[in-house]
Amino acid sequence: MNILKSLLASAAILVPAVAMAEGETIGFSQIGSESGWRAAETTVTKQQAEERGYDLKFADAQQKQENQIKAIRSFVAQGVDAILLAPVVATGWEEVLEEAKDADIPVILLDRNIDAPEDLYMTAVTSDQVHEGMVAGNWLVEAVGDAECPVVELQGTTGSSPAISRKKGFEEAIAAADNISITRSQTGDFTRAQGKVVMESFLKSEGGENICALYAHNDDMAVGAIQAIKEAGLKPGEDIKIVSIDSVPDIHLAMKAGEANATVELTPNMAGPAFDVLEAYWKDGTMPPKWIQTESKLYTSDDDNAAIYESKKDLGY
Amino acid sequence: MMKSTLKRVMPQIIILALVLAANFLVFRGFFHVEFQHGRLFGNLIDVLNRGAPTALLATGMTLVIATRGIDLSVGAVMAIAGAVAASAVVGGAHWTLAVLLALAAGAACGLWNGVLVAIFRIQPIVATLVLMVAGRGIGQLLTEGAILTFNDPGLIRLGAGTIAAVPTPIWIWIAVACVVGLVIRRSALGLLIEAVGINQTSSRLAGINARVLLIAVYLVSGLCAALAGVIVAADIKGADANNAGLWMELDAILAVVIGGNSLLGGRFSITASLLGALIIQGVNSLILLSGMPVEFNLVIKALIIIAILVIQSPRVRHSLYLLRASTGPVLRERPKPAPRTPQEEGQS
Repeated sequence: MNILKSLLASAAILVPAVAMAEGETIGFSQIGSESGWRAAETTVTKQQAEERGYDLKFADAQQKQENQIKAIRSFVAQGVDAILLAPVVATGWEEVLEEAKDADIPVILLDRNIDAPEDLYMTAVTSDQVHEGMVAGNWLVEAVGDAECPVVELQGTTGSSPAISRKKGFEEAIAAADNISITRSQTGDFTRAQGKVVMESFLKSEGGENICALYAHNDDMAVGAIQAIKEAGLKPGEDIKIVSIDSVPDIHLAMKAGEANATVELTPNMAGPAFDVLEAYWKDGTMPPKWIQTESKLYTSDDDNAAIYESKKDLGY
Repeated sequence: MMKSTLKRVMPQIIILALVLAANFLVFRGFFHVEFQHGRLFGNLIDVLNRGAPTALLATGMTLVIATRGIDLSVGAVMAIAGAVAASAVVGGAHWTLAVLLALAAGAACGLWNGVLVAIFRIQPIVATLVLMVAGRGIGQLLTEGAILTFNDPGLIRLGAGTIAAVPTPIWIWIAVACVVGLVIRRSALGLLIEAVGINQTSSRLAGINARVLLIAVYLVSGLCAALAGVIVAADIKGADANNAGLWMELDAILAVVIGGNSLLGGRFSITASLLGALIIQGVNSLILLSGMPVEFNLVIKALIIIAILVIQSPRVRHSLYLLRASTGPVLRERPKPAPRTPQEEGQS
């Protein structure tokens, strides 16, 4: 027993030393705090870095590109081993990425892509938003079978790329099913309050009994719509099926209560695949493909939603 | 008194009637109100209910604008108040205490604005801009950037519940408007506020304590905004500091302007501002019911608002007056020259 203890103790002393030797320094330029999902992405990135023994230098850009450019310059000056960049806009990155390239520091883009020559960054880890819409649409096609199903849609902020792509993917998925059609579509600005207001209007103009399903471009709007459906005296999840995207903790609570049916995860773990790529690169110089698509996992009421809620609630959503 | 009030708000009543009629044209069930699951249910109720935050903000904003000021911070104050109330109930406080704390936060914000304007003599648009930008940050700090959800039935009732089958927010905004209106018009306060708005220096020389009065109107505006913030948070059972009250200050100012009140201060009518708030909500409802593609939302809203403001402009009103006078049987009085600002006509 004593031997074991002393062994463990010496191991405990040794481990940090080993980790220090391997501990790469990674700079992470985050957009800022714009949504719960982004807060979760930051939390998960920090967790991933800690698990792998990296020293993560975090810079919050407060939604400004010039802050991100400054952060990248300072990372280059500090001689970090790699840079993670969640770009706030798509354009204007060439110059600063050129500087990183000259310093031989690999740059990996997280969750958004940029308009720049591909050789300026190592890879981009993003989700495919059209695919997310398709997963949601396919679930609905399977769930309703042959029954007639008029759908109402809560769109994201008008003109935003997730709203356009998630609409497109869903429409492609239901195109083949003649029994499913979108009868009303309005923007809920990705917010709970507007999701509720617009759903109230849908329930009156269409009549609750004439709506078979709701497709919301994010979970927050779905959570607002669920309240509107309840206040109209209908049962969300039964009378009106609800499918949305993001997989935030509160939608799992709703699914646990049977008030929502399915959600497609936009994983906050973009850093995990990015770190995997870096490790392979550092080991034997393997270059990854220019785009790594994260998994758009479907959760339904059959999953253990209580457990999922517990695992997600402290991520900062 | 009653008759002059009616005359003052007649343009707003006509416009509201037109907007509601347009709603009826796009959706025939618009005026249908039924009793369902213990609450009144219908589009008309929605307009009154969803108009609550704007109506509350417009009540406070009318007073501020009457003093020739403006309060840009009300949207941010809503976010702060919602965050305070949510944090309090999540922390275990009774919901009445949570609402009182939210109101206290709103009062503090109003006091801050009032002191900057009245004591430090900073221009209102600049003074309140500070809190407009910083306030949302304070709200986000309280909720840590996430949506802070709560399940306290007492607090939720304020936003999503009903009293006597009518949604609680409707009771709240009507009650607040009545109390503010009575206090202002049954006392000399309204007259004093108008005096300060028209000429601060001469009203001070006439013995009006302009400083206290200015601080008081910003305080009332802060309180109204806090109440609106509590309602909005209670409605979705969560404080969303990123989005609660976002751009609401502009809707509130628009409601006051549609109400025919001049941004240059002076005479004001709270009733007209409230009608303005309902007109805005009526237009929002029209857009939702019309089923037009979302890309048209803001264009439709802009066109309707422009039309409303043009109809109310002094030039169009004067032309209408001339038209009426020339076709009428007897010319009772000579046509007056075009009034410079709409608020110079009529009185609330």
